[in-house]
Amino acid sequence: MINEDHLGLNRREVVAAGTAAAVLPANTAAAPPAEGGVVLQINGVGHDLGDLDPRSTLLDVLRERIGLSGAKKGCDHGQCGACTVHIDGRRVVSCLTLARQAEGRAVTTIEGIASADGRLHPMQQAFLDHDALQCGYCTPGQIMSAIACVKEGHAYKVDDIREYMSGNLCRCGAYVGIVAAIEQVVAQGRAV
Amino acid sequence: MNPFDYTVAHSVDAAVSALGGSGRPSKILAGGTTLVDLMRLNVEQPAAVVDITRIPGLNHIDTEGREALVFGALARMSDVADDPVVRRDYPVLSESLWRAASQQLRNMASLGGNLLQRTRCAYFRDRQYPCNKREPGTGCSALEGLNRGHAVLGVSDQCIAVYPGDLAIALVALNASIDVQSTAGARTLRVADLHREPGQTPNLETALRPDELILRIRVPKSRLGKASTYLKIRDRESYAFAVASAAVALDMDGDVIRDVRIAVGGLATRPWRAHAAEQSLVGKTFTEAAAAQAGRLSLQGAATRPQNAFRVELGANTVAEALKIARERA
Repeated sequence: MINEDHLGLNRREVVAAGTAAAVLPANTAAAPPAEGGVVLQINGVGHDLGDLDPRSTLLDVLRERIGLSGAKKGCDHGQCGACTVHIDGRRVVSCLTLARQAEGRAVTTIEGIASADGRLHPMQQAFLDHDALQCGYCTPGQIMSAIACVKEGHAYKVDDIREYMSGNLCRCGAYVGIVAAIEQVVAQGRAV
Repeated sequence: MNPFDYTVAHSVDAAVSALGGSGRPSKILAGGTTLVDLMRLNVEQPAAVVDITRIPGLNHIDTEGREALVFGALARMSDVADDPVVRRDYPVLSESLWRAASQQLRNMASLGGNLLQRTRCAYFRDRQYPCNKREPGTGCSALEGLNRGHAVLGVSDQCIAVYPGDLAIALVALNASIDVQSTAGARTLRVADLHREPGQTPNLETALRPDELILRIRVPKSRLGKASTYLKIRDRESYAFAVASAAVALDMDGDVIRDVRIAVGGLATRPWRAHAAEQSLVGKTFTEAAAAQAGRLSLQGAATRPQNAFRVELGANTVAEALKIARERA
């Protein structure tokens, strides 16, 4: 039996290894892809996806081709927010984003927000501090949305936080903790 | 999702010739929040998709001109909603935008695409049901189905699907227009003339030709902007479609109404300007009774079904309440 933790891989990565996209050095992504291959810049790393089916969504590419399974597939219709990622710093739902539309743009996922030394992003820490989750399925989307919410300036009042986080559903009902976590980050005035 | 050819247009000319030239069913792709969703449901099945998001110069927000606010068709809903001039001088526009969808969707969705958002009728979205809008001649499942959320204004015996957008309601109230272009040339039309009532052809939703692309939206500058609001009544307080909504703008001379605009949303098959309600108010002193009367007139001609009959009174009250909110801003 393979000890996946020991290898630093999860099961998904092992399974997906055969179909994984080629990882390119970070600064090759800006160059036009060779022979029409689609290159996506994800968390600062270029990924050559070859001749990508135009139907592929960013969410499916992240999860099934690149092995970044943080962004979750909830409804696949843009209604739940579990798939929220940032494109050029703005939050979007990756399930309704065709992957080709993200070409040449900077995609950031939940896997890309901790510091290089492994320290959690302040919003991740705040979610832990306030128990802002139960099952955790919506959490990556919540955190990506929350970071953007603060950055947009829509998090100075509780009413605003509720309004501007309404695109992220939590079936466990952890909303009280989520709002508290966002308030904490705003109160700390920490860079997000 | 059915396979399709994906083309990126880098100019307006390239986009309209790709649309007009292929001879196959083609769709414009901007934010994708409606189109990708409906393609996944196989409700939309274009053979070709033309991505216009890389066309430069189509996402401007120009509030400086003397005559009009001008928004590029690719301006994002979130950006226009947060524009300081729009927020301060035209709250009806800002509110119609931020009270729609979620911030993620508003970051993606373009103004032009939003105007063309298709109905949320559950029967239209589900191919196992007959739907005259999706497949002409098959029948309307909503007429005798679950129709609590269906239209009471502008309906026909073929279709009672609601036009779901919010921005268009505000634009109709403000006499906005759109500039469109095709290979045949450019023209301007009023937003009020963009959407069609279903009649006997619910599959034909707009006055646009298949190869026409919306380039920009013009909102005439007016004193009516400041004392305005978009009131949206929903089953939940945020991130839901309107059960009833009203875009209202007032120009007051003391307590006397010099001019007024009223349009209702969530209740009609197209953005619905309430001219009779407006006429009942012009030149009159603003009173609660006058607002209530205008609300009732806004719903004049409503044709209901048992499940949605409650929305006539709800719509009338929504208009009256919106008038009071706008009055406080005058």
